[in-house]
Amino acid sequence: MKTLIDILKPGLLTTIQDDGRWGYQQFGVPVSGPMDRVSHRLANFIVGNPWSAATLEVTFDGPELKFCKDVLFGITGARFNVYLDGSLVRLDTCQLARSGQKLRFGRRLLGARSYLAVTGGFDVPKVFGSRSTHIESKIGGFKGRSLKAGDKLAVGGDVVIDSQAGFTRASIVTLPRKGTRVRVIPGPNDSLFSQDILAKFVSSRYYVGIDSDRMGYRLDGLAVSFNARDELISTAVPVGSIQVTNLGKPIILMADHQTTGGYPRIGTIITADLPLVGQLSPGDWIQFEWSSQSVAMNELIAQERALMS
Amino acid sequence: MQESKLLRVGDSTIVVEFSQRIDPSIHARVSALAAMIRRTVPEGVRDIIESYCAVTVEFDPLRTDIDHVIKLLQSKVNKNGAFQAGREITLPVCYGGEHGPDLECVARFAKCSETEVIEAHLSRDYLVYMLGFRPGFAYMGSVDSRIAIPRRATPRLKVPIGSVGLAGYQTGVYPSTGPGGWQLIGRSSARLFVPESKEPFLLRGGDVIRFESITHQEFNRSVGV
Repeated sequence: MKTLIDILKPGLLTTIQDDGRWGYQQFGVPVSGPMDRVSHRLANFIVGNPWSAATLEVTFDGPELKFCKDVLFGITGARFNVYLDGSLVRLDTCQLARSGQKLRFGRRLLGARSYLAVTGGFDVPKVFGSRSTHIESKIGGFKGRSLKAGDKLAVGGDVVIDSQAGFTRASIVTLPRKGTRVRVIPGPNDSLFSQDILAKFVSSRYYVGIDSDRMGYRLDGLAVSFNARDELISTAVPVGSIQVTNLGKPIILMADHQTTGGYPRIGTIITADLPLVGQLSPGDWIQFEWSSQSVAMNELIAQERALMS
Repeated sequence: MQESKLLRVGDSTIVVEFSQRIDPSIHARVSALAAMIRRTVPEGVRDIIESYCAVTVEFDPLRTDIDHVIKLLQSKVNKNGAFQAGREITLPVCYGGEHGPDLECVARFAKCSETEVIEAHLSRDYLVYMLGFRPGFAYMGSVDSRIAIPRRATPRLKVPIGSVGLAGYQTGVYPSTGPGGWQLIGRSSARLFVPESKEPFLLRGGDVIRFESITHQEFNRSVGV
Protein backbone atom coordinates (compact mmCIF):
# COMPACT_ATOMS: atom_id res chain seq x y z
CA MET A 1 0.00 0.00 0.00
CA LYS A 2 1.32 3.38 -0.95
CA THR A 3 1.94 6.03 1.67
CA LEU A 4 -0.92 8.44 1.88
CA ILE A 5 -0.87 12.06 2.83
CA ASP A 6 -4.14 13.64 3.98
CA ILE A 7 -4.64 17.28 3.08
CA LEU A 8 -6.28 18.95 6.09
CA LYS A 9 -6.10 22.53 4.78
CA PRO A 10 -5.06 23.23 1.20
CA GLY A 11 -3.43 26.67 1.51
CA LEU A 12 -3.96 29.38 -1.10
CA LEU A 13 -2.71 27.52 -4.18
CA THR A 14 -0.97 24.19 -3.68
CA THR A 15 -0.28 22.15 -6.81
CA ILE A 16 1.72 19.09 -7.81
CA GLN A 17 4.54 19.98 -10.23
CA ASP A 18 7.37 18.05 -11.86
CA ASP A 19 9.93 19.21 -14.45
CA GLY A 20 7.16 20.18 -16.85
CA ARG A 21 5.12 18.83 -19.73
CA TRP A 22 7.57 19.15 -22.60
CA GLY A 23 6.89 18.04 -26.17
CA TYR A 24 3.22 18.98 -26.45
CA GLN A 25 3.40 22.70 -27.18
CA GLN A 26 2.84 21.86 -30.85
CA PHE A 27 -0.69 20.86 -29.76
CA GLY A 28 -1.20 23.99 -27.67
CA VAL A 29 -0.48 22.32 -24.31
CA PRO A 30 1.43 24.64 -21.94
CA VAL A 31 4.59 23.31 -20.27
CA SER A 32 3.69 24.17 -16.64
CA GLY A 33 6.15 22.87 -14.02
CA PRO A 34 7.59 24.72 -11.00
CA MET A 35 7.77 28.54 -10.91
CA ASP A 36 11.14 28.15 -9.14
CA ARG A 37 12.76 25.25 -10.96
CA VAL A 38 15.93 25.35 -8.87
CA SER A 39 14.23 25.11 -5.46
CA HIS A 40 12.00 22.32 -6.81
CA ARG A 41 15.08 20.37 -7.89
CA LEU A 42 16.85 21.05 -4.61
CA ALA A 43 13.85 19.66 -2.71
CA ASN A 44 14.09 16.45 -4.73
CA PHE A 45 17.84 16.30 -4.21
CA ILE A 46 17.55 16.60 -0.45
CA VAL A 47 15.15 13.66 -0.11
CA GLY A 48 17.07 11.51 -2.60
CA ASN A 49 14.64 11.74 -5.52
CA PRO A 50 15.51 12.06 -9.20
CA TRP A 51 15.22 15.64 -10.55
CA SER A 52 12.05 14.74 -12.37
CA ALA A 53 10.03 13.63 -9.32
CA ALA A 54 6.86 15.56 -8.48
CA THR A 55 6.83 17.99 -5.54
CA LEU A 56 4.14 20.18 -3.99
CA GLU A 57 4.37 23.83 -4.94
CA VAL A 58 3.07 25.94 -2.06
CA THR A 59 2.04 29.54 -2.84
CA PHE A 60 1.99 32.49 -0.36
CA ASP A 61 -0.09 30.64 2.22
CA GLY A 62 0.79 27.04 2.95
CA PRO A 63 -1.20 23.86 3.62
CA GLU A 64 -1.67 21.64 6.62
CA LEU A 65 -1.38 17.91 6.08
CA LYS A 66 -1.17 14.60 7.91
CA PHE A 67 1.21 11.74 7.15
CA CYS A 68 -0.49 8.34 7.27
CA LYS A 69 2.78 6.40 7.13
CA ASP A 70 6.42 7.11 8.00
CA VAL A 71 8.00 9.18 5.25
CA LEU A 72 11.12 11.30 4.63
CA PHE A 73 10.41 14.84 3.47
CA GLY A 74 12.17 18.15 2.80
CA ILE A 75 11.09 21.76 2.20
CA THR A 76 12.94 24.37 0.10
CA GLY A 77 12.26 27.72 -1.56
CA ALA A 78 10.31 30.44 0.26
CA ARG A 79 10.95 30.66 4.02
CA PHE A 80 7.94 29.68 6.09
CA ASN A 81 7.70 28.75 9.74
CA VAL A 82 6.75 25.09 9.27
CA TYR A 83 5.79 22.86 12.17
CA LEU A 84 5.81 19.07 12.46
CA ASP A 85 3.27 18.63 15.23
CA GLY A 86 4.53 21.26 17.68
CA SER A 87 8.16 21.61 16.65
CA LEU A 88 9.71 23.91 14.09
CA VAL A 89 10.98 22.08 10.98
CA ARG A 90 14.49 22.75 9.61
CA LEU A 91 14.17 23.87 6.02
CA ASP A 92 16.42 22.51 3.24
CA THR A 93 16.86 19.34 5.29
CA CYS A 94 15.67 15.75 4.90
CA GLN A 95 13.55 14.74 7.89
CA LEU A 96 11.48 11.81 9.04
CA ALA A 97 7.78 12.24 9.65
CA ARG A 98 6.08 9.46 11.60
CA SER A 99 2.68 8.11 10.70
CA GLY A 100 0.02 10.34 12.28
CA GLN A 101 2.20 13.44 12.50
CA LYS A 102 0.86 16.71 11.14
CA LEU A 103 2.83 19.20 9.05
CA ARG A 104 1.64 22.79 9.13
CA PHE A 105 2.89 25.80 7.15
CA GLY A 106 2.70 28.89 9.37
CA ARG A 107 3.88 32.41 8.74
CA ARG A 108 5.73 33.20 5.50
CA LEU A 109 8.94 35.12 6.11
CA LEU A 110 10.57 35.49 2.69
CA GLY A 111 9.89 34.52 -0.93
CA ALA A 112 6.62 33.40 -2.51
CA ARG A 113 6.79 29.69 -3.26
CA SER A 114 7.93 26.70 -1.26
CA TYR A 115 8.54 23.15 -2.48
CA LEU A 116 7.69 20.10 -0.38
CA ALA A 117 9.31 16.89 -1.58
CA VAL A 118 8.74 13.42 -0.14
CA THR A 119 11.01 10.44 -0.76
CA GLY A 120 9.60 8.61 -3.76
CA GLY A 121 7.77 11.67 -5.08
CA PHE A 122 4.05 12.41 -5.21
CA ASP A 123 2.36 9.74 -7.26
CA VAL A 124 -0.37 10.93 -9.58
CA PRO A 125 -1.01 9.61 -13.11
CA LYS A 126 1.17 11.16 -15.79
CA VAL A 127 -0.73 13.11 -18.44
CA PHE A 128 1.28 13.52 -21.67
CA GLY A 129 4.40 12.35 -19.86
CA SER A 130 4.15 14.71 -16.89
CA ARG A 131 2.61 14.98 -13.44
CA SER A 132 2.53 18.79 -13.51
CA THR A 133 -0.81 20.43 -12.81
CA HIS A 134 -2.19 22.79 -15.45
CA ILE A 135 -5.29 24.23 -13.83
CA GLU A 136 -6.73 26.01 -16.90
CA SER A 137 -6.75 22.79 -18.97
CA LYS A 138 -7.69 20.67 -15.92
CA ILE A 139 -4.88 18.19 -16.63
CA GLY A 140 -2.12 16.62 -14.57
CA GLY A 141 -1.50 16.82 -10.85
CA PHE A 142 -4.30 15.76 -8.52
CA LYS A 143 -7.45 15.63 -10.68
CA GLY A 144 -6.16 18.55 -12.75
CA ARG A 145 -6.65 21.10 -9.99
CA SER A 146 -5.06 22.67 -6.93
CA LEU A 147 -5.41 20.70 -3.69
CA LYS A 148 -8.51 20.81 -1.50
CA ALA A 149 -9.14 19.70 2.07
CA GLY A 150 -9.87 15.98 2.14
CA ASP A 151 -7.58 15.06 -0.79
CA LYS A 152 -5.46 11.98 -0.20
CA LEU A 153 -2.11 11.91 -2.01
CA ALA A 154 -0.17 8.77 -2.78
CA VAL A 155 3.61 8.73 -2.52
CA GLY A 156 6.16 6.58 -4.28
CA GLY A 157 5.82 7.09 -8.00
CA ASP A 158 9.56 7.50 -8.50
CA VAL A 159 12.60 5.36 -7.90
CA VAL A 160 14.50 6.68 -4.89
CA ILE A 161 18.21 7.22 -5.50
CA ASP A 162 19.36 7.59 -1.91
CA SER A 163 17.87 9.24 1.12
CA GLN A 164 18.99 9.95 4.63
CA ALA A 165 17.37 11.91 7.43
CA GLY A 166 19.49 14.91 8.40
CA PHE A 167 20.91 15.42 4.91
CA THR A 168 20.95 19.14 4.30
CA ARG A 169 21.94 21.54 1.54
CA ALA A 170 22.03 25.32 1.54
CA SER A 171 19.42 27.18 -0.50
CA ILE A 172 20.68 28.12 -3.99
CA VAL A 173 18.13 30.76 -4.99
CA THR A 174 18.76 34.08 -3.21
CA LEU A 175 15.23 34.89 -2.10
CA PRO A 176 14.29 38.45 -3.06
CA ARG A 177 13.58 40.97 -0.30
CA LYS A 178 10.78 43.11 -1.75
CA GLY A 179 12.29 42.95 -5.22
CA THR A 180 15.09 41.79 -7.48
CA ARG A 181 17.19 42.61 -10.52
CA VAL A 182 16.64 40.27 -13.45
CA ARG A 183 18.79 39.78 -16.56
CA VAL A 184 17.20 39.86 -19.99
CA ILE A 185 18.42 39.00 -23.48
CA PRO A 186 16.98 41.54 -25.96
CA GLY A 187 14.57 40.37 -28.65
CA PRO A 188 13.10 39.03 -30.73
CA ASN A 189 11.12 42.24 -31.39
CA ASP A 190 13.42 44.80 -29.73
CA SER A 191 13.76 46.59 -33.09
CA LEU A 192 10.15 47.81 -32.71
CA PHE A 193 11.23 49.88 -29.68
CA SER A 194 13.25 53.11 -29.82
CA GLN A 195 16.75 53.28 -28.27
CA ASP A 196 15.32 55.74 -25.77
CA ILE A 197 12.58 53.31 -24.66
CA LEU A 198 15.04 50.39 -24.51
CA ALA A 199 17.24 52.47 -22.17
CA LYS A 200 14.31 53.56 -20.01
CA PHE A 201 13.06 49.98 -19.77
CA VAL A 202 16.20 48.98 -17.82
CA SER A 203 16.57 52.18 -15.80
CA SER A 204 13.16 52.13 -14.13
CA ARG A 205 11.57 49.85 -11.61
CA TYR A 206 8.47 47.80 -12.38
CA TYR A 207 6.09 46.34 -9.84
CA VAL A 208 4.44 42.92 -9.97
CA GLY A 209 0.72 43.53 -10.54
CA ILE A 210 -2.01 42.16 -8.30
CA ASP A 211 -3.50 40.15 -11.20
CA SER A 212 -0.31 38.10 -11.67
CA ASP A 213 -0.42 34.32 -11.52
CA ARG A 214 1.27 31.14 -12.76
CA MET A 215 0.43 32.14 -16.36
CA GLY A 216 2.08 35.54 -16.27
CA TYR A 217 3.11 38.60 -14.30
CA ARG A 218 1.58 41.90 -15.33
CA LEU A 219 3.96 44.71 -14.53
CA ASP A 220 3.02 48.21 -13.37
CA GLY A 221 5.39 51.04 -14.22
CA LEU A 222 6.68 53.02 -17.17
CA ALA A 223 4.80 52.20 -20.37
CA VAL A 224 7.08 50.87 -23.12
CA SER A 225 5.51 52.21 -26.29
CA PHE A 226 6.49 50.77 -29.63
CA ASN A 227 6.11 51.57 -33.30
CA ALA A 228 2.85 49.86 -34.05
CA ARG A 229 3.12 48.91 -37.66
CA ASP A 230 1.16 45.89 -38.77
CA GLU A 231 0.13 43.42 -36.12
CA LEU A 232 2.68 40.64 -35.66
CA ILE A 233 1.77 37.18 -36.86
CA SER A 234 1.35 34.82 -33.88
CA THR A 235 4.13 32.39 -33.12
CA ALA A 236 5.36 30.15 -30.29
CA VAL A 237 6.54 32.06 -27.22
CA PRO A 238 8.97 30.63 -24.65
CA VAL A 239 8.79 30.96 -20.86
CA GLY A 240 10.42 34.17 -19.58
CA SER A 241 9.33 36.19 -22.63
CA ILE A 242 8.49 39.80 -21.81
CA GLN A 243 5.65 40.74 -24.12
CA VAL A 244 4.26 44.24 -24.38
CA THR A 245 0.55 44.96 -24.86
CA ASN A 246 -0.73 47.69 -27.17
CA LEU A 247 -0.95 49.97 -24.13
CA GLY A 248 2.78 49.46 -23.47
CA LYS A 249 2.28 47.20 -20.45
CA PRO A 250 4.96 44.51 -20.02
CA ILE A 251 3.85 40.97 -19.15
CA ILE A 252 6.30 38.22 -18.16
CA LEU A 253 5.21 34.80 -19.41
CA MET A 254 5.54 32.28 -16.59
CA ALA A 255 5.18 28.48 -16.21
CA ASP A 256 1.52 28.09 -17.29
CA HIS A 257 1.69 30.61 -20.16
CA GLN A 258 -0.14 29.96 -23.44
CA THR A 259 2.10 28.37 -26.05
CA THR A 260 1.56 31.05 -28.72
CA GLY A 261 1.26 34.81 -28.77
CA GLY A 262 1.19 37.81 -31.07
CA TYR A 263 2.38 40.71 -28.92
CA PRO A 264 5.82 42.26 -29.50
CA ARG A 265 8.46 40.79 -27.19
CA ILE A 266 11.07 43.23 -25.93
CA GLY A 267 13.26 40.53 -24.36
CA THR A 268 13.54 37.13 -22.70
CA ILE A 269 14.62 36.57 -19.09
CA ILE A 270 17.65 34.29 -18.79
CA THR A 271 16.82 30.80 -17.48
CA ALA A 272 19.10 31.19 -14.45
CA ASP A 273 17.10 34.22 -13.23
CA LEU A 274 13.60 32.77 -13.72
CA PRO A 275 13.54 31.17 -10.22
CA LEU A 276 14.03 34.67 -8.74
CA VAL A 277 10.97 35.87 -10.63
CA GLY A 278 9.01 32.86 -9.36
CA GLN A 279 9.80 33.99 -5.81
CA LEU A 280 8.27 37.48 -6.27
CA SER A 281 4.88 38.47 -4.84
CA PRO A 282 2.44 41.13 -6.10
CA GLY A 283 3.79 44.57 -5.11
CA ASP A 284 7.46 43.50 -5.26
CA TRP A 285 9.74 45.47 -7.58
CA ILE A 286 11.66 44.13 -10.52
CA GLN A 287 14.43 45.89 -12.41
CA PHE A 288 15.68 44.58 -15.73
CA GLU A 289 19.26 44.53 -16.94
CA TRP A 290 20.34 43.75 -20.52
CA SER A 291 22.34 40.56 -20.73
CA SER A 292 23.85 38.18 -23.28
CA GLN A 293 23.91 34.53 -24.33
CA SER A 294 27.32 33.99 -22.71
CA VAL A 295 26.26 35.44 -19.35
CA ALA A 296 23.06 33.36 -19.49
CA MET A 297 25.03 30.20 -20.12
CA ASN A 298 27.69 30.86 -17.48
CA GLU A 299 25.07 31.62 -14.84
CA LEU A 300 23.13 28.48 -15.68
CA ILE A 301 26.25 26.32 -15.47
CA ALA A 302 27.18 27.89 -12.11
CA GLN A 303 23.68 27.16 -10.81
CA GLU A 304 23.84 23.58 -12.02
CA ARG A 305 27.24 23.09 -10.32
CA ALA A 306 25.74 24.37 -7.07
CA LEU A 307 22.93 21.83 -7.40
CA MET A 308 25.35 18.99 -8.14
CA SER A 309 27.98 19.74 -5.52
CA MET B 1 12.84 29.70 -52.58
CA GLN B 2 11.42 31.88 -49.82
CA GLU B 3 13.93 33.70 -47.71
CA SER B 4 14.36 32.58 -44.13
CA LYS B 5 16.35 33.66 -41.11
CA LEU B 6 17.52 31.90 -38.01
CA LEU B 7 17.38 33.73 -34.71
CA ARG B 8 17.99 32.96 -31.07
CA VAL B 9 15.33 33.96 -28.56
CA GLY B 10 16.58 33.99 -24.97
CA ASP B 11 18.99 31.21 -24.00
CA SER B 12 16.77 28.18 -24.72
CA THR B 13 15.09 28.83 -28.05
CA ILE B 14 16.05 28.97 -31.72
CA VAL B 15 13.54 30.13 -34.31
CA VAL B 16 13.58 29.72 -38.08
CA GLU B 17 11.45 32.51 -39.49
CA PHE B 18 10.12 32.59 -43.02
CA SER B 19 8.49 35.57 -44.79
CA GLN B 20 5.98 37.15 -42.42
CA ARG B 21 2.86 36.30 -44.41
CA ILE B 22 -0.09 34.01 -43.85
CA ASP B 23 0.26 31.86 -46.93
CA PRO B 24 -0.11 28.09 -47.55
CA SER B 25 3.18 27.96 -49.50
CA ILE B 26 5.09 29.42 -46.55
CA HIS B 27 3.33 27.06 -44.16
CA ALA B 28 4.35 24.12 -46.34
CA ARG B 29 7.99 25.09 -45.70
CA VAL B 30 7.24 25.31 -41.98
CA SER B 31 5.67 21.82 -41.97
CA ALA B 32 8.50 20.34 -44.01
CA LEU B 33 11.21 21.76 -41.76
CA ALA B 34 9.43 20.68 -38.56
CA ALA B 35 8.97 17.16 -39.98
CA MET B 36 12.67 16.93 -40.92
CA ILE B 37 13.83 17.91 -37.43
CA ARG B 38 11.36 15.55 -35.77
CA ARG B 39 12.88 12.63 -37.69
CA THR B 40 16.16 13.03 -35.80
CA VAL B 41 15.51 15.16 -32.74
CA PRO B 42 18.88 16.36 -31.39
CA GLU B 43 19.76 15.59 -27.76
CA GLY B 44 18.30 18.17 -25.38
CA VAL B 45 15.57 19.48 -27.70
CA ARG B 46 12.27 19.57 -25.80
CA ASP B 47 9.72 21.08 -28.19
CA ILE B 48 9.42 21.68 -31.93
CA ILE B 49 6.51 24.02 -32.61
CA GLU B 50 5.07 25.04 -35.98
CA SER B 51 3.30 28.35 -36.36
CA TYR B 52 2.14 30.47 -39.35
CA CYS B 53 5.61 31.34 -40.68
CA ALA B 54 8.09 29.96 -38.17
CA VAL B 55 9.44 26.81 -36.61
CA THR B 56 10.40 27.24 -32.95
CA VAL B 57 12.85 24.84 -31.31
CA GLU B 58 13.01 24.90 -27.50
CA PHE B 59 15.86 23.08 -25.78
CA ASP B 60 17.54 22.50 -22.44
CA PRO B 61 20.70 24.63 -22.81
CA LEU B 62 22.66 22.39 -20.41
CA ARG B 63 22.02 19.25 -22.44
CA THR B 64 22.15 20.64 -25.95
CA ASP B 65 24.96 21.19 -28.42
CA ILE B 66 23.51 24.48 -29.62
CA ASP B 67 25.93 24.86 -32.54
CA HIS B 68 24.87 21.43 -33.74
CA VAL B 69 21.18 22.41 -33.65
CA ILE B 70 21.94 25.63 -35.55
CA LYS B 71 23.91 23.74 -38.22
CA LEU B 72 21.16 21.13 -38.50
CA LEU B 73 18.51 23.83 -39.02
CA GLN B 74 20.68 25.65 -41.56
CA SER B 75 21.27 22.44 -43.51
CA LYS B 76 17.55 21.53 -43.59
CA VAL B 77 15.94 24.91 -44.05
CA ASN B 78 16.39 25.10 -47.81
CA LYS B 79 15.73 21.44 -48.52
CA ASN B 80 12.43 20.53 -50.06
CA GLY B 81 11.94 17.68 -47.64
CA ALA B 82 8.98 15.41 -48.12
CA PHE B 83 6.45 15.64 -45.36
CA GLN B 84 3.21 13.91 -44.61
CA ALA B 85 0.51 15.80 -46.47
CA GLY B 86 -2.17 17.10 -44.13
CA ARG B 87 -5.18 14.90 -43.49
CA GLU B 88 -8.57 16.00 -44.75
CA ILE B 89 -11.06 16.29 -41.90
CA THR B 90 -14.71 17.33 -41.95
CA LEU B 91 -16.17 19.11 -38.94
CA PRO B 92 -19.97 19.18 -38.57
CA VAL B 93 -21.34 22.56 -37.48
CA CYS B 94 -24.78 23.69 -36.36
CA TYR B 95 -24.84 27.34 -37.43
CA GLY B 96 -26.73 30.22 -35.84
CA GLY B 97 -29.40 30.36 -33.17
CA GLU B 98 -28.27 29.73 -29.60
CA HIS B 99 -25.02 28.19 -30.92
CA GLY B 100 -24.00 31.20 -33.01
CA PRO B 101 -24.74 34.30 -30.92
CA ASP B 102 -22.57 36.55 -33.15
CA LEU B 103 -23.92 35.37 -36.50
CA GLU B 104 -26.22 38.38 -36.78
CA CYS B 105 -23.34 40.73 -35.97
CA VAL B 106 -21.16 39.09 -38.66
CA ALA B 107 -23.99 39.46 -41.19
CA ARG B 108 -24.23 43.16 -40.38
CA PHE B 109 -20.44 43.49 -40.74
CA ALA B 110 -20.53 41.67 -44.09
CA LYS B 111 -23.64 43.56 -45.22
CA CYS B 112 -25.34 40.34 -46.21
CA SER B 113 -27.79 37.79 -44.84
CA GLU B 114 -26.95 35.23 -42.15
CA THR B 115 -27.39 32.48 -44.73
CA GLU B 116 -24.77 34.13 -46.93
CA VAL B 117 -22.34 34.27 -44.00
CA ILE B 118 -22.83 30.55 -43.45
CA GLU B 119 -22.39 29.86 -47.16
CA ALA B 120 -19.17 31.92 -47.18
CA HIS B 121 -17.83 29.95 -44.20
CA LEU B 122 -18.75 26.63 -45.87
CA SER B 123 -17.40 27.68 -49.26
CA ARG B 124 -13.75 26.78 -48.77
CA ASP B 125 -11.25 24.42 -47.21
CA TYR B 126 -9.12 25.72 -44.37
CA LEU B 127 -5.53 24.96 -43.52
CA VAL B 128 -4.53 24.36 -39.88
CA TYR B 129 -1.63 26.80 -39.48
CA MET B 130 -0.88 26.23 -35.83
CA LEU B 131 -2.24 25.02 -32.51
CA GLY B 132 -2.16 27.31 -29.51
CA PHE B 133 -4.22 29.38 -27.09
CA ARG B 134 -5.24 26.21 -25.27
CA PRO B 135 -4.81 22.45 -25.82
CA GLY B 136 -6.16 21.38 -29.19
CA PHE B 137 -7.16 24.86 -30.42
CA ALA B 138 -6.38 25.10 -34.15
CA TYR B 139 -5.85 28.41 -35.94
CA MET B 140 -7.28 27.88 -39.43
CA GLY B 141 -7.38 30.12 -42.47
CA SER B 142 -8.07 31.96 -44.49
CA VAL B 143 -11.72 32.93 -44.41
CA ASP B 144 -13.54 34.86 -47.15
CA SER B 145 -12.55 38.53 -46.76
CA ARG B 146 -16.24 39.56 -46.51
CA ILE B 147 -16.63 37.74 -43.17
CA ALA B 148 -13.14 38.54 -41.83
CA ILE B 149 -14.54 40.35 -38.79
CA PRO B 150 -12.25 41.52 -35.96
CA ARG B 151 -12.54 39.68 -32.66
CA ARG B 152 -14.99 40.97 -30.05
CA ALA B 153 -14.03 44.11 -28.15
CA THR B 154 -14.75 42.32 -24.86
CA PRO B 155 -14.05 38.59 -24.67
CA ARG B 156 -16.72 36.26 -23.29
CA LEU B 157 -15.92 34.61 -19.96
CA LYS B 158 -17.52 31.35 -20.99
CA VAL B 159 -17.52 30.10 -24.56
CA PRO B 160 -19.12 26.62 -24.78
CA ILE B 161 -17.05 23.66 -25.98
CA GLY B 162 -17.27 23.17 -29.77
CA SER B 163 -18.14 26.80 -30.53
CA VAL B 164 -16.98 27.92 -33.99
CA GLY B 165 -15.53 31.40 -34.14
CA LEU B 166 -14.10 34.02 -36.49
CA ALA B 167 -11.23 36.42 -35.80
CA GLY B 168 -9.95 38.38 -38.77
CA TYR B 169 -8.97 35.92 -41.51
CA GLN B 170 -8.91 33.06 -39.01
CA THR B 171 -11.52 30.55 -37.96
CA GLY B 172 -11.37 28.06 -35.12
CA VAL B 173 -13.29 25.63 -32.93
CA TYR B 174 -13.08 25.85 -29.12
CA PRO B 175 -11.74 22.52 -27.78
CA SER B 176 -13.02 23.17 -24.24
CA THR B 177 -15.34 25.55 -22.42
CA GLY B 178 -13.64 28.73 -21.22
CA PRO B 179 -13.00 32.39 -21.94
CA GLY B 180 -12.66 33.54 -25.56
CA GLY B 181 -12.94 36.60 -27.76
CA TRP B 182 -13.78 35.20 -31.20
CA GLN B 183 -17.10 35.95 -32.93
CA LEU B 184 -19.24 32.84 -32.59
CA ILE B 185 -21.27 31.70 -35.60
CA GLY B 186 -22.05 28.07 -34.73
CA ARG B 187 -21.12 25.02 -32.76
CA SER B 188 -19.48 21.77 -33.80
CA SER B 189 -20.30 18.37 -32.33
CA ALA B 190 -16.67 17.32 -32.93
CA ARG B 191 -14.38 17.09 -29.88
CA LEU B 192 -10.94 18.57 -30.58
CA PHE B 193 -9.29 17.69 -27.27
CA VAL B 194 -9.97 14.46 -25.37
CA PRO B 195 -7.05 14.13 -22.91
CA GLU B 196 -7.79 10.52 -21.90
CA SER B 197 -8.06 9.29 -25.50
CA LYS B 198 -5.28 7.54 -27.45
CA GLU B 199 -5.55 10.36 -29.98
CA PRO B 200 -6.10 13.33 -27.66
CA PHE B 201 -5.81 15.96 -30.39
CA LEU B 202 -8.18 15.77 -33.36
CA LEU B 203 -6.22 18.29 -35.44
CA ARG B 204 -2.57 19.04 -36.16
CA GLY B 205 -0.65 21.60 -38.13
CA GLY B 206 -1.01 21.06 -41.89
CA ASP B 207 -4.44 19.37 -41.76
CA VAL B 208 -7.09 20.55 -44.23
CA ILE B 209 -10.50 21.22 -42.71
CA ARG B 210 -13.91 21.39 -44.33
CA PHE B 211 -17.00 22.42 -42.40
CA GLU B 212 -20.37 20.77 -43.00
CA SER B 213 -23.70 22.21 -41.93
CA ILE B 214 -25.88 20.09 -39.62
CA THR B 215 -29.31 20.75 -38.11
CA HIS B 216 -30.12 21.31 -34.44
CA GLN B 217 -31.51 17.79 -34.20
CA GLU B 218 -28.39 16.27 -35.77
CA PHE B 219 -26.22 18.31 -33.39
CA ASN B 220 -28.21 17.20 -30.35
CA ARG B 221 -28.11 13.58 -31.47
CA SER B 222 -24.31 13.57 -31.91
CA VAL B 223 -23.60 15.21 -28.54
CA GLY B 224 -26.13 12.90 -26.88
CA VAL B 225 -28.79 15.37 -25.78
